[in-house]
Amino acid sequence: MPMDQGRSPAIELINVTRRFVSPTGKTLTALRDFNMTVERGEFVAVVGPTGCGKSTTLNLVTGLARPSAGEVRLMGGPVSGIDPRVGFAFQKDALFPWKNVIDNVMAGPLFRGKSKADAERMAKDWLARVGLSKFLHHYPHQLSGGMRKRVALAQTFINEPEILLMDEPFSALDVQTRTVMHEELLKLWAERQASVVFVTHDLEEAVALADKVYVLTAGPATVKSVYKVELPRPRVVSEIRYDQQFIDYCKTIWEDLRQEVETSYRRASEAA
Amino acid sequence: MANIAMEPAAARFRPGTSDTEIEAAALRSIKRRKQVVLFWQIAILVIALGLWEISSQLNWIDPFFYASPSLVVDRLYDWAVNGTTEGSLWYNLGITMEEALIGFFTGSIAGVVVGIGLGRNRMLSDIFSVYIKAINSIPRVVLAPIFIMIMGLGLASKVALAFIMVFFVVFANAFQGVREADRDMIANARILGASDWQVTRTVIVPSAMSWIFASLHVSFGFAIIGAIVGEFVGARFGIGQLISIAKGTFDAAGMFAAIVLVMIVTLVAEYIMTLVENRLAKWRPQQSLDTH
Ligand SMILES: Nc1ncnc2c1ncn2[C@@H]1O[C@H](COP(=O)(O)OP(=O)(O)O)[C@@H](O)[C@H]1O
Ligand SMILES: [Mg+2]
Repeated sequence: MPMDQGRSPAIELINVTRRFVSPTGKTLTALRDFNMTVERGEFVAVVGPTGCGKSTTLNLVTGLARPSAGEVRLMGGPVSGIDPRVGFAFQKDALFPWKNVIDNVMAGPLFRGKSKADAERMAKDWLARVGLSKFLHHYPHQLSGGMRKRVALAQTFINEPEILLMDEPFSALDVQTRTVMHEELLKLWAERQASVVFVTHDLEEAVALADKVYVLTAGPATVKSVYKVELPRPRVVSEIRYDQQFIDYCKTIWEDLRQEVETSYRRASEAA
Repeated sequence: MANIAMEPAAARFRPGTSDTEIEAAALRSIKRRKQVVLFWQIAILVIALGLWEISSQLNWIDPFFYASPSLVVDRLYDWAVNGTTEGSLWYNLGITMEEALIGFFTGSIAGVVVGIGLGRNRMLSDIFSVYIKAINSIPRVVLAPIFIMIMGLGLASKVALAFIMVFFVVFANAFQGVREADRDMIANARILGASDWQVTRTVIVPSAMSWIFASLHVSFGFAIIGAIVGEFVGARFGIGQLISIAKGTFDAAGMFAAIVLVMIVTLVAEYIMTLVENRLAKWRPQQSLDTH
């Protein structure tokens, strides 16, 4: 390809529309004329009201779903099927409960044809990085929510994804654990310099982590506005909430987001 | 019997009681609870059998039709030592077990394979669902005469009946199990790099396993029913045939003896299945040893 692969963005969604057709023939438009660009190594957060189409957006990037119109490009090339450069962190546990910790983490390399010995070595390495070396042979149900999240992160990172998609990954954790996970995520991200799309409904989380925050409209989702967050890195997430600059960012973006949340609430209560 | 409460009251401890004491008390209460349960289980059995025996001895019920536990035991002993009118008891039991086991294994395997196959393929399941519903609506035992007409009095007709009884139960559960498999877990496996076959093997099958096992418990009983009903309708040997002969000669003790045999065999199979399941499902949360 003549295109300059080095400088093309990691993710591009160009005028993407995604419609769902129910078995009875009704259509629901989840995304309309959606445009988003994620540069290489950039950390992008996406906020918007519940049900507006955030998860749908991520599914289009993974290749699990296809756009009804428009184009999705990864690293300058079109998406066809599931892309091996993509990693995904789920909101709820997507660990395999019948596999123990190390088998869960080894799953990715084994699926991708690595030898068992290699997979095991890599898995041990990653589990050491997330501080779970003592729990290799525990089953997921024997771990706390925070530990399970760490296993899930190791499971995702072991494939060394260049593009990391995260769908409200920490929303089920308590506040302290969540802050710890934020720090760990930023550390791993800084080492790997992957491109991240982090979906959340928690605006403070978005501002604390991201370089850019996308605010979506109530469904069908379009991009309402994009904010650049120019807080210095490395960031200390546990203390950033007392930073005046951080508070200002949150206030500004919240003004914008609030209208959409209210629209979304109004519609939900009208429908009920 | 006022001292045997069904629900032992939780013990209260004075402040300062040591952990070991509290632990010991908890263990004692667990043990006591187990003993109470066992006591009642045995008591109810003894009372029921005793009532039966006494009623029969005192002619409250007609021993000719109702037999009695002692007559049943005598008959079982006689069969075991001297054999039945149709040859050795063990031979007859063996025939029934052979039919049931072959039907059980082939039926379960076919049920699992077809259930997972159709569960994974929307198109096929949409096409075949109407036929499966139709066949499933037939009470399986009415097929017995047809199978015996087609396949004769031997092994094949009983195996076919046992097979068809087992197949639909296991199939329905395997199919449901596949459909219940967590969508996020499947998506996770695919993004991690799993092929369709790897998804089936590492996600779909393990997650359908608890459904499949639940059906295996029930379906071993069904395999026995299939074999016995088949023998009942037409056979030369087998427990069903023994029941059929006993019926023909108004031999109540013989019928009850055959029923007891079937019960024992099914309970043993059930027990073995639970052992296997516990081995396979070691990843599942243990039930806590709570006294409540
Ligand atoms: N597979 C699907 N079939 C039909 N409708 C869907 C499907 N997935 C999502 N939707 C609808 O699309 C809209 C956006 O959903 P989603 O992207 O999950 O929202 P969010 O992640 O922002 O909460 C919702 O109205 C939802 O009901
Ligand atoms: Mg969502």
